[in-house]
Amino acid sequence: MTPSSSIAAPGAAVPGHEAHDDHGHHPSYLTDGTTVKSWLLTVDHKRIGIMYMAWILLFFLVGGIFALLIRIELLTPGPTIMDAMTYNRVFTLHGVVMIFLFMIPAIPGIFGNFMLPLMLGAKDVAFPRLNLLSLYVYLAGAGFALWGMLNGGLDTGWTFYTPYSAHTTTTVAPVLFGAFIIGFSSILTGMNFIVTTHTMRAPGITWFKMPLMVWALYATSCIQVLATPVIGLLLLLVTAENLFSLGMFDVARGGDPVLFQHLFWFYSHPAVYIMVLPAFGVMSEVVSAFSRKNIFGYRAVAYSSVGIAFVGFFAWGHHMFVSGQSTFNAGVFGVLSMLVGVFTAIKVFNWVGTVYKGAVEFSTPFAYFCGFLFFTVFGGMTGIAVATVSLDVPWHDTYFVVAHFHFIMVGATIMAFLAALHYWFPKMFGKMYHEGWGLVSAALIILGFNATFIPQFLVGNAGMPRRYYEYPERFQALNVASTAGASLLAFGFIIIAIYLTYALIYGKRVDNPWNSKGYEWLTMSPPPTHNFIGPQPTYPEEPHFYVDPKKAQGEVSDV
Amino acid sequence: MSSAHVTPGSVPGPKLAAHFASLEVQKHAARLGMWLFLATEILLFAGLFACYAAYRFLFPEAWAASSRSLDLTMGTINTVVLITSSFTAAMAVHYAKEGKNKMVGHMNVLTLLMAMGFLVIKFFEYKHKFHIGTLPGRYYFYEGIQLPGAPLYFTVYFASTALHALHVVIGMTVLAFATVRAYRVGDFSANNYTQVELGSMYWHLVDLVWIFLFPMLYLV
Repeated sequence: MTPSSSIAAPGAAVPGHEAHDDHGHHPSYLTDGTTVKSWLLTVDHKRIGIMYMAWILLFFLVGGIFALLIRIELLTPGPTIMDAMTYNRVFTLHGVVMIFLFMIPAIPGIFGNFMLPLMLGAKDVAFPRLNLLSLYVYLAGAGFALWGMLNGGLDTGWTFYTPYSAHTTTTVAPVLFGAFIIGFSSILTGMNFIVTTHTMRAPGITWFKMPLMVWALYATSCIQVLATPVIGLLLLLVTAENLFSLGMFDVARGGDPVLFQHLFWFYSHPAVYIMVLPAFGVMSEVVSAFSRKNIFGYRAVAYSSVGIAFVGFFAWGHHMFVSGQSTFNAGVFGVLSMLVGVFTAIKVFNWVGTVYKGAVEFSTPFAYFCGFLFFTVFGGMTGIAVATVSLDVPWHDTYFVVAHFHFIMVGATIMAFLAALHYWFPKMFGKMYHEGWGLVSAALIILGFNATFIPQFLVGNAGMPRRYYEYPERFQALNVASTAGASLLAFGFIIIAIYLTYALIYGKRVDNPWNSKGYEWLTMSPPPTHNFIGPQPTYPEEPHFYVDPKKAQGEVSDV
Repeated sequence: MSSAHVTPGSVPGPKLAAHFASLEVQKHAARLGMWLFLATEILLFAGLFACYAAYRFLFPEAWAASSRSLDLTMGTINTVVLITSSFTAAMAVHYAKEGKNKMVGHMNVLTLLMAMGFLVIKFFEYKHKFHIGTLPGRYYFYEGIQLPGAPLYFTVYFASTALHALHVVIGMTVLAFATVRAYRVGDFSANNYTQVELGSMYWHLVDLVWIFLFPMLYLV
């Protein structure tokens, strides 16, 4: 694994690249060691990020296939392709895989691992071996969960509500235990990121010179560390309950299922921000890079990440408006939930302020930014609506709520995930994809997503409950529309898979195709093993620092 | 003492990992990581405390009666044992900073013995409960307390004490590693004591959790 010129990447000479012109003499992290062992036992945060990517994309495929099965089943009012019990198992599997194996680890696991040290000018995360461990813990948990789901499956939905989850004869225990283990992985990653941010910043990078992606990951990590242990305990208790009938959450034995809901949502509501805060971070990077402007209101965007993380802990009760909670509690939780909207709005206005009068380059990541803006605002507005007790009571457990959380959690996160994938693809692999296909698939996905979930708002408002296997005739048209949208969405993902795989093999060699000023681009693409060759870069400017091309040469953008 | 052979160059000193700027930063990172980990541990138990609080509110009589059925003497002895073991764990850090490796080992062995004592006492408490039937959930068959909620009390009791006992075992493993290293390698010194310190921090947490569990369960 010693550096050797014989394994240098071809065509490495990039013009205008004086900062590290020893390109081609140093292997990138991809070529430094090519044995299987050098990957599986690596402590390099970049390789760990890539391994996360491989697994997470696989789980995304699994979850996506099950989403399509759900949509096909709901194509007709009666039974279509499966029986009711299979349907219960399929939507549970879709939920568990998408939440625990895709949405929560996706951006921190892949892009957080890869970018955080680069953005801080560090050689690695603070605890590299712990980082590798968190990957394997994640895989062990995934193994448990998938094993349970394939050997019998479970029909509780991903929320595992008691007392049903304590009594059902399906395979609940291994899945719960798997989710518990995955929680460990989440905690380890969060701890690692917090310590890295505190101790590994390069000289010159102060707290308010950190890229906004780092702020978002930092806030996310705080939630992971503070919320995950509680659900860890809860999952253990429910596992024990299911196996041994201890009565902890069982009414028949004096237990209180509402207590389960409190503890469950104490994690699972902040978990929404574990999914969406990294997405906000990605978008802050993307909007600045493609508007060629410094981010508008840097401090407001940074603080609002922390603000969302903070108030996110006081919003869990809005999941329990119809659980017999007092009206006063419901009102308090409603108002606290709406506060999240205030902090999100701060971000949205600042992003729009960044685009305003910027020199916008409408590339694939920016297309996803536009989709993201729509999904965040629309999903956020419906969030304010469902945080209102009087509106939530009729909407509770209908497709309206399904559509709402898919808009904000899935819509926003997928947009950011794809934007990150396209924006950092050249950084990670040093190759460029086909921009035209990128835009086509972005259009398909944004369109498909709207076509899938807008009908669900309508059908939910009309009263169709979630998780039901059959429905009355009158809901069919909207369900067909939703399924059609889902197939468009799937088609978009297939195109992305094809052209990115092609780009990985045959793509043009690039270094910084966006001329991005983000700190992570200060080293070569793909980066070398210890991130920097030669002296560490200096950081005289703020991140997202762009000179406005529309202004006179050398003049600094005024916002 | 072992400090006699601590001369620069002769002992494998603290190793600086390639990605850290300095030893100072490395130590800071390790300590911060441990503090964060301990915070997650406290939150893990906090979930149980929440369950305890909720059910105590729902079943005050059963809670009081069940609590009185616990063996206060054994609980008190265990509390004293554990607090004393925290002292010896702290002394191990003190000696590690002075490079007195043999004393670090001795102190850790004392801590481990007390930890074992704690588990033995706990074992007898458990055995007694298995015998008279104060067991969690559906296994409860004790005639003495027939109040709704009493089986639930023992669910909480067993869940929290078992989880705590598991932490005792983990803590013992951590301390055992530092003990072996103190005796066999003997490289703890003023600038290399992180392992002892972190192990002792973990042990203090185990102790601290018990200090909450004891009044909660035994004294009410």
